[in-house]
Amino acid sequence: MTPLLIGHLALIAFVFFMLLNSAAIMVYVERKVAALMQQRLGPYRVGPKGLLQPLADIVKLMFKEELRPRAADTLLFALAPIIAATCAFAAFAVVPFGADTTFFGLIPEGLRLQVADVNVAILIVFAIGSMSVYGIVLAGWSSNSKYSLLGGLRSSAQMISYELSYGLALAGVLVVANSLSLTDIVNAQSGGWRLFGVPILPRWFVFLQPLGFLIYMTAGIAETNRAPFDFPEAEQELVAGYHTEYSSMTFAMFFMAEYINMVTVSAVATDLFLGGWHGPFLPESLGWIWFLIKVAAILFFYVWMRWTLPRYRYDQLMRFGWKILLPLGVLNLLVTAAGVLYFGL
Amino acid sequence: MPSLNDYLVLSAILFSIGTAGVFIRRNVITILLSIEIMLNAVNLSFVAFGREQGTVDGQIIVFFVMTVAAAEAAVGLAIVIALFRQRESLNPDMFTSLKW
Amino acid sequence: MISFYVLATIAVLASLLVIAQRNPIYSVLLLIASFGALSGLYVLLDAPFVAVIQIIIYAGAIMVLFLFVVMLLNAPHEETEHDLRVHPLLRRGPMGFGVVLALVLIAELGLGLAAGSESALPARSISSVQAIGRSLFTEYALAFEVTSLLILVAMVGAVVLARREPR
Repeated sequence: MTPLLIGHLALIAFVFFMLLNSAAIMVYVERKVAALMQQRLGPYRVGPKGLLQPLADIVKLMFKEELRPRAADTLLFALAPIIAATCAFAAFAVVPFGADTTFFGLIPEGLRLQVADVNVAILIVFAIGSMSVYGIVLAGWSSNSKYSLLGGLRSSAQMISYELSYGLALAGVLVVANSLSLTDIVNAQSGGWRLFGVPILPRWFVFLQPLGFLIYMTAGIAETNRAPFDFPEAEQELVAGYHTEYSSMTFAMFFMAEYINMVTVSAVATDLFLGGWHGPFLPESLGWIWFLIKVAAILFFYVWMRWTLPRYRYDQLMRFGWKILLPLGVLNLLVTAAGVLYFGL
Repeated sequence: MPSLNDYLVLSAILFSIGTAGVFIRRNVITILLSIEIMLNAVNLSFVAFGREQGTVDGQIIVFFVMTVAAAEAAVGLAIVIALFRQRESLNPDMFTSLKW
Repeated sequence: MISFYVLATIAVLASLLVIAQRNPIYSVLLLIASFGALSGLYVLLDAPFVAVIQIIIYAGAIMVLFLFVVMLLNAPHEETEHDLRVHPLLRRGPMGFGVVLALVLIAELGLGLAAGSESALPARSISSVQAIGRSLFTEYALAFEVTSLLILVAMVGAVVLARREPR
């Protein structure tokens, strides 16, 4: 049991725990920010400033009755939330969120703040994201109810359509960074461009790939079924889409999986485009603070989008994904590749 | 450590399972799934041989096989849908006459 | 070695259940499990790129297509009048021949396992994606371009074949 091994195990537990926490925090942030944007107060009774509201929500969900429609396929009905939640957690396993730390000298070799250091890390995030489609489509099918089936099929069709643009935005970054490993991509963004010896602009890929960043964020929002692309689970149109028939903890699994997917997309966007844990004033070992700040900014943007923009209708959504976003992604890749070849970045 | 023969035997077993599926099953979609099993068995052989020789050629051929399998699955399923519209059945024995 | 046997067992069992299942949705899900096991085997063969591509393309796209078609067609599981008669291959003559063939196969596989080289695969480094990319765009460039044409043809073909006849 070397200190490194203990460090690894502790890191796994820590990441799991923090993802669960982030789902709870996002519940609160969503309701509070939505309320403040709509000029009302939001939760303020439970705990100081309503901070214990997620706890109340979780307790409520735990005590609800667990229902199962009689005609539902038992195995698939139970399997769907498991797949959704597992894929949501697993995708974060390859995302690095800090530089090598030594925990004040306890671990001499330096522990990378990444659960699994794989040299094809980006593709793994993409692969696990494409597996999470199954949670939704099986939930829709196994509930044996028309709202669920429609919601499930629409949602999964939307997810696999936007996966293409997601991949093309990723490919643009790969061409610039020349590696598939997320750690290498973040380290390629350290430092800054200097003008007369003074760094004025950090060397983040968002400045080299602005269109790529926009495509990635749009596809990410569509992948996680958030507004304005949340037609398949819209309350007004489809009761609740693919999770209509789920209650209590299974609903909580879907709920949690959606928030954790949001966190993963934000974390990967931070690593790919916003420089990960590199920031101006803090030393490298405290880089995770910058990482948290950047991820929090993107999550706030997510919540802001949901409560500001109206929802896309389903055919508009699909048309946007195939006819507008995909050609833009291809164009971005072409221009990036031409730029790298010409300017020799 | 597994030797090359282990991988090839596994590939042969998977291929024969796929072939058995194509012969035995009376559901067009399951027949297509068995074809996918066969293609995967072949992919495994390719990667194993490529690994033994130390080149990436095995993996590149696998890349092409997967692409062809995707195209074939898409067209095959489109044909299944068209067939289903005619006879409302997925049993290949219902489609034995050459003229409707 | 243990991981090889575990993954191989999962792959073979899942494939057997795929062809033995009645419900086509369970067949598709079991095949996804088999693909996952195969992906693990590719990782053991030091081919992480192929492993991830297997999950993305096979388990993540092709199987979703199969699942959609099964759900849309929603056919009952093999209950037409054709299923009531015994399958021509499951009668006594062909079954006997099949058993003979299976025994021959098992004998050959056993011989192959026993007589083959017991040496493990030579130790090599994990193949880099750069090497794959370089080879794909130089030696196999023609095949690559032809593949893109193939996908285009398949897309057009699938859309045309599955279209309803305009009345």
